[in-house]
Amino acid sequence: MSVPASNTPAIEVRDLVKLYQKSKTNAVDGVSFEVRRGEIFGLLGPNGAGKTTTIGVLTTAVVPTGGTASIMGIDVARDPIGIKQRIAVVPQQSNLDRSLKVREILTFHAAYHSVGRKERETRADALLDELGLGERKNEKVNRYSGGMAQRLMIARALMHSPDVLFLDEPTNNLDPQSRLFLWDRIRSLNQQGLTILLTTHDMDEADKLCERIAIMDRGKILVNNTSAELKKMIPGGNALEIRSRIIDSSDKLAHQRLRDSLQALPGVSKVEEVAAGPVAPIATAAGPPWAQRGSVSVPASPQEEEMGIVTFRLYAENAGSLVGAAAQAVLTAGAEVRDLHLKQATLEEVFIYLTGRHLR
Amino acid sequence: MHSKSRFSLAAAAFFAILQRDIVITGREFVPFLLQALMQPLFFLFIFGKVLPGIGLAAGAFVAVMLPGIVGLTIFLAAMQGVTLPLVLDLGFAREIDDRLLAPLPVPLVAIEKVIFAAIRGVIAGSVIFPLAYWILGDRYAVRSDHVAMLAGMILLTACVGAGIGLVMGTVIKPEQISLMFTLIFTPLLFTGCTYYPWAALNNIRWFQVVTLFNPLTYAAEGLRYTMVPPVHGRVVPTLGIYWVLFAMCASILGTVTVGTKTFRKRVVN
Repeated sequence: MSVPASNTPAIEVRDLVKLYQKSKTNAVDGVSFEVRRGEIFGLLGPNGAGKTTTIGVLTTAVVPTGGTASIMGIDVARDPIGIKQRIAVVPQQSNLDRSLKVREILTFHAAYHSVGRKERETRADALLDELGLGERKNEKVNRYSGGMAQRLMIARALMHSPDVLFLDEPTNNLDPQSRLFLWDRIRSLNQQGLTILLTTHDMDEADKLCERIAIMDRGKILVNNTSAELKKMIPGGNALEIRSRIIDSSDKLAHQRLRDSLQALPGVSKVEEVAAGPVAPIATAAGPPWAQRGSVSVPASPQEEEMGIVTFRLYAENAGSLVGAAAQAVLTAGAEVRDLHLKQATLEEVFIYLTGRHLR
Repeated sequence: MHSKSRFSLAAAAFFAILQRDIVITGREFVPFLLQALMQPLFFLFIFGKVLPGIGLAAGAFVAVMLPGIVGLTIFLAAMQGVTLPLVLDLGFAREIDDRLLAPLPVPLVAIEKVIFAAIRGVIAGSVIFPLAYWILGDRYAVRSDHVAMLAGMILLTACVGAGIGLVMGTVIKPEQISLMFTLIFTPLLFTGCTYYPWAALNNIRWFQVVTLFNPLTYAAEGLRYTMVPPVHGRVVPTLGIYWVLFAMCASILGTVTVGTKTFRKRVVN
């Protein structure tokens, strides 16, 4: 057995192709990516994008038609037993062994993986306590809630100390408490050195947990980068919103002067006044249509209008760098700053931008 | 842990999975026995006690029929031990996933099912002898000079049932289960020479030929060969024992080969 060098990636996928029997198109169509050791990597995509197939190949449930995939330097197709020893899978839906008691689910899992009796008993008890299941370890899982089942599946996955953990939509259908708990657990497992490949439809989850994110569609990886870099992909997706009060409300020209000085700032491509009406979406007229989702801005109330309060939105390549200059411009124009914040494109906007809005 | 050979990893996983099944069955041993023995119990009572008692069957008939009942009991216990759990597991429960992710070749997960189911069959088969003795009393007649061979026949019968169970379990979809049970089960049950000896079918030649396609026929005839004592010094005619052994081994080999292949197809795409 070859011992992989410590600099080999945790997961390495090269030109992976999968064509299912009875299918005319490739479910996975030339996918390549790497997951570094100790990384949380997110695989995102609409239903049917090829995520499940990709994970299927990596977890030995799907035989690839072409290309290669390896985990910790071990080829998936050539040595499935070696792979199974190093990975753990937490599926979307419970596949817990309902014939066994909770604790036995863990100890038998460990036994399947050659973990010695003493060690598996100690580990099972420790994990059950850690995941808040210690008090109900002698029950069967029939009476477990969705959140408990999910935690138990994570405990089971950890019983044989895998190197790579596959999490398929781990917090789908969970209450907020369970979701937060799992996020914390996932982070701390990762800090202990576990490499995690995560799929999710929850953009917030991907954004919060993943160091890098690949977005897949129609069997191909469209982008693969950090969340921050992905958000920069959307042209003009970055804006600075500044609310200010014109001090001398009798100065009729102050409003236009303020607008002109903001427009004159270096790098600003467009200045837009946020209407005082009920809805004021980002980039209304000329902006991209995707940006109409998920953007919230506080409309100026009629009272504020009377008090001389106006809100402008500044579009620029790097809106963050405008903060100082914009505040200065407001002050110079004889107004004061009431609020100033950056509006960034969300991951969801990136996702929709790349994969479109039509239903699958 | 990573330094263990693939072989020892697979062996450890295999025995752990077998142990799981044994632990679960051990916990439900009484329901298992009830399930396996209820039907033969009534068969023995009606055919061994009631019918001869009211003069509708000769006493000797019991001796010829007992091996058939033993065979059927073993066969069904083994078959049910693999078919139903497998249909549910492969259909939607997916509880087997954890075992499929254990470090052993996928076909071994299926083989484990067969071996475990065969153990169930052997247990059911062994329990039926004292039961028959208790119900039949004087009419209980089993020759004792073929005991080793009888043990072998019980084991083979269990393997035949488990093998067929594997094929059925991997082929049947959950939504078809009741229909398929009727379509496969009923003919299997009645063409398997369990309630009549094969040689007695000489007069219905076509049916006699039909029964030869049922593996259960060989099991029943083999058990008859090892169990039925000579009547008035004459050995009861059965299918040739070498044919029986050959057919049973062929059936086991064939069903396990086909079954593990279809199993693999169901779990690995």
